[in-house]
Amino acid sequence: MSYTIEGASGAWEVVIGLEVHAQVMSEAKLFSGAATEFGAEPNSQVSFVDAGFPGMLPVINGECVAQAVRTGLGLKAQVNLWSRFDRKNYFYADLPQGYQISQYQFPVIGRGEIQVELSDGSTKMIGITRLHLEQDAGKSLHDQHPSKSYIDLNRSGVALMEIVSEPDMRSPEEAGAYLTKLRQILRYLGTCDGNMEQGSLRADVNVSVRKPGEAFRTRCEVKNVNSIRFVMQAVEAEARRQIAVWEEGGEVVQETRLFDTGRGVTRSMRSKEDAHDYRYFPDPDLPPLVLQQDWVDQLKAALPELPDERRARYVGEYGLTPYDAHVLTLEKETAAFYEAVASGRDPKMAANWVTGDFFAGLNRHGEGIGESPVSAADLGALLDLIADNTLSGKLAKEVLEAMFETGKPPAAIVEERGLKQVTDTGAIEAVIDQVMDANAGKVAEYRAGKDKLFGFFVGQTMKAMQGKGNPALVNELLKKKLG
Amino acid sequence: MTAATDLTLAGARAALARRELSAVELTRAHLDAIAALNPRLNAFITVTPDQALAQAGAADAALARGDAGPLTGLPLAVKDLFCTAGTRTTAASRILGDFVPPYESTVTSQLLRDGAVFLGKANLDEFAMGSSNTSSAFGPVENPWKRQGEENTVLVPGGSSGGSAAAVAARLALGATATDTGGSIRQPAAFCGVAGIKPTYGRCSRFGIIAYASSLDQAGPVARTVEDCAILLNSMAGFDPRDSTSADLAVPDFAAACERGVKGLRIGIPREYRLDALPAEIAALWEQGMAWLQAEGATLAEISLPHTRYALPTYYIVAPAEASSNLARYDGVRFGLRKDGEDLKDLYERTRAAGFGEEVKRRILIGTYVLSAGYYDAYYVKAQQVRALIRQDFDRAWDQVDAILAPTTPTAAFGRDEKQDDPVAMYLNDVFTITANLAGLPGMSVPAGQDAKGLPLGLQILGRRFDEETVFAVGRAIERNAGFSALPALRAAA
Amino acid sequence: MSLDTATVRRVASLARLRVEERDLPRLESELNGILGWIEQLQAVDTTGVEPVAGGGAEALRLREDRVTDGGIQDDVLANAPDRAGAFFAVPKVVE
Repeated sequence: MSYTIEGASGAWEVVIGLEVHAQVMSEAKLFSGAATEFGAEPNSQVSFVDAGFPGMLPVINGECVAQAVRTGLGLKAQVNLWSRFDRKNYFYADLPQGYQISQYQFPVIGRGEIQVELSDGSTKMIGITRLHLEQDAGKSLHDQHPSKSYIDLNRSGVALMEIVSEPDMRSPEEAGAYLTKLRQILRYLGTCDGNMEQGSLRADVNVSVRKPGEAFRTRCEVKNVNSIRFVMQAVEAEARRQIAVWEEGGEVVQETRLFDTGRGVTRSMRSKEDAHDYRYFPDPDLPPLVLQQDWVDQLKAALPELPDERRARYVGEYGLTPYDAHVLTLEKETAAFYEAVASGRDPKMAANWVTGDFFAGLNRHGEGIGESPVSAADLGALLDLIADNTLSGKLAKEVLEAMFETGKPPAAIVEERGLKQVTDTGAIEAVIDQVMDANAGKVAEYRAGKDKLFGFFVGQTMKAMQGKGNPALVNELLKKKLG
Repeated sequence: MTAATDLTLAGARAALARRELSAVELTRAHLDAIAALNPRLNAFITVTPDQALAQAGAADAALARGDAGPLTGLPLAVKDLFCTAGTRTTAASRILGDFVPPYESTVTSQLLRDGAVFLGKANLDEFAMGSSNTSSAFGPVENPWKRQGEENTVLVPGGSSGGSAAAVAARLALGATATDTGGSIRQPAAFCGVAGIKPTYGRCSRFGIIAYASSLDQAGPVARTVEDCAILLNSMAGFDPRDSTSADLAVPDFAAACERGVKGLRIGIPREYRLDALPAEIAALWEQGMAWLQAEGATLAEISLPHTRYALPTYYIVAPAEASSNLARYDGVRFGLRKDGEDLKDLYERTRAAGFGEEVKRRILIGTYVLSAGYYDAYYVKAQQVRALIRQDFDRAWDQVDAILAPTTPTAAFGRDEKQDDPVAMYLNDVFTITANLAGLPGMSVPAGQDAKGLPLGLQILGRRFDEETVFAVGRAIERNAGFSALPALRAAA
Repeated sequence: MSLDTATVRRVASLARLRVEERDLPRLESELNGILGWIEQLQAVDTTGVEPVAGGGAEALRLREDRVTDGGIQDDVLANAPDRAGAFFAVPKVVE
């Protein structure tokens, strides 16, 4: 049942821990007043603090602290009322101060946990070791000049949360599910936009392998993986590499590696000439970060509903299946859309339409929920037209497709195309009479006991009405007339 | 009439107010003095006559409008560790090259706000690391004082604020900004026969001051009288939201505190400062200081600061550790000197080797070593623990006394060619001053007497955190009693 | 604890200070002189003493989350020894 990789010497278990760097959503940087917006002109969102100029001093952005605390609360983690910033010293072209301000010894957030959902319907708890605040570095561009690297410091000083998990994951799927869930929580909280393409969320993946029942073996860190799919691929590639090393009688060396997405393998980062010695010490420019319990309590009281709670509510209050509840809560935007559709309507019917025809329509039109041509209000109106028998289910599907194509509200489409369902019994009876007249022979056969001809009469009647007859009324009236 | 350069800052302010003298005349007199003496003293790295005269002109206009600030028209020297917008700032190091800051330090911007005229940037030990002002990349500063009968012996002005103290002593400026990390205001003030105060850590903003050791660095003034120091500190001090270690406290009227008197104050005399090697004349001056204060109604109490002897080694772990990190930003990428290399690491190593002087390199290496893996606990953590004990020593003392009196330095100014070989012997200069930095306390040096060869000697007053007022009151009492009126051999209008 | 030549070389490399081989013995002896003198701290009993960190204030003040800085590209780049358009330039870094 549990995931293993079969090597020449038998089954190997994979042990995975993730260090996720999540860019904090804030207007300004962690220790300076420069903007954080993505995609600006190079070096235009840089203060002298971010560029490490002489005499410049850091001053902390309170909102970044609040975002870290909200995230900690969302991870059901311990909030440390006393924490501290340390300097991590190393030289690098995009590290202007020659050190990164980080929280090494005393992080703002301690132990927490995340429940992840797996494809077989089971769940698993993954431990969170800690979360701390730190500065991002700038960016080096290596492809602009044959012999030079170019430095853009726009990212320098942007607040990051480093979220470290316990080595609790045992398969690529679990690593993927963890990152998916973490991203979902961050997006629900509004503390990180989770945009992996823009680098707002990056993962360092720690992988080791072992024979079942053994203690941990040496791990390697695969740096800066920037999609959930690549995390899963990197885990497997790195695990297979390590298994090969062990099985060939070698020794896995603890090191930092990179995942080559093109070739699907990890490779050693050219080892730095110096062994790392970061010489951490408390940043003398920054007194300790001391939080008041009531401030934390206020942040807690104002937290939005989180995915697990929302899912439970959809199952408990709305009677949705766990699967539908899961699908609807994956993205905060989807859940909001669903709730707008379901509001004042049958929640199960709303769930069926959102997860069924609406999602299919989005897919067909290649749109995300944010750009949907069909608004939640219009989809709700469509459901209302079904509920009041204006539209049959079949017609409603046609109307929804027309809504996707035109962006018009359902009533307008029904009006324009004359799609309104006929519920006038007199009109239906008149059509039934014509059908019976035209098929006198079949009427006789039916009356002689050939019951299965009933479907034929329904089909003929609906056809004559261009599908607009209310199916229940057509059935009812046919039964009466055929006797 | 007294020469313009011989006025005190308070005296010059009064003369300007009475329109007996214009700010332009006052500034020109100082610029002339600089032109005459700076080639020899080397107290200034950069002189900014055009800017000074323009500021003086504006000051005269303000005076004419009756719109004068507390420092309007008063010419000052600025230690070249304070970033000054549009004026080259060097930290007396080659590594900054021709760095021109596009920003102004908070302290200097407050002085400008209050109307001060800046004559130029004062010399210092490179990155404020030193006690003799011999490590400047722009050459050493000469102390304007001479030993009697040794007119050809060049004495050091002390350091690191040697240029500031020498400029004020030689009448090249009415006052100067300075900084003090282990004694860098008080020791040169004592060596040059002027007054200087290092206020409580957090009293003056560190924003825009090139950092040496962030947890110890503190700005303060050097001037010829205690009152002048108080006037300058009133402008320099104050809360700054751009410095997370700046104290959000109102700034008291320090000038008013000078005249409080010492009646009823309890003055502590630390037993551990009675070094065996203390020269007799310094010990005698200290006794004299005690007698003066007692005569003015203060009571004396012997106190114990048992961890004093560990202050220097503590400092020489903490300060280099912080410096090794603070100076990492000088890498030849964004500003300052660059020496090209084969690759980025080589560029860094060549740039920093060419840009930093020997003492700076030594401290960077020591700092890097004491923070490195395997040594951090034994050195850095241990030092910060001892620092806590040193603070506790003072906390206990404040239960018994209101201020502490001690010598500023264990010797008078020494010759440029004496003591230079052994770094440790050089470090001993700071033995009496360094505890105030480790404990974050205010400390002031006041010229109080002369040694047998006529060199000035200072007495030091330490106070409780954020109680500069008592320090000023005691300092003024010492000044009044000492009546120090000796003049350096090299000075304007001499 | 005393430094050997290899350690001096390693520390200099960590600090990114180029040290010529001929200067190593002098540095080694100077640094050992200082470290030997610092060694006296080991005599102090610091059991249970909370180390000091920083010089003053008890707690950080939290700044408001507003954009108040940046947009000074030219000032930021003005002192650069090697400027390439809107970038700082350094010898190519190979990862």
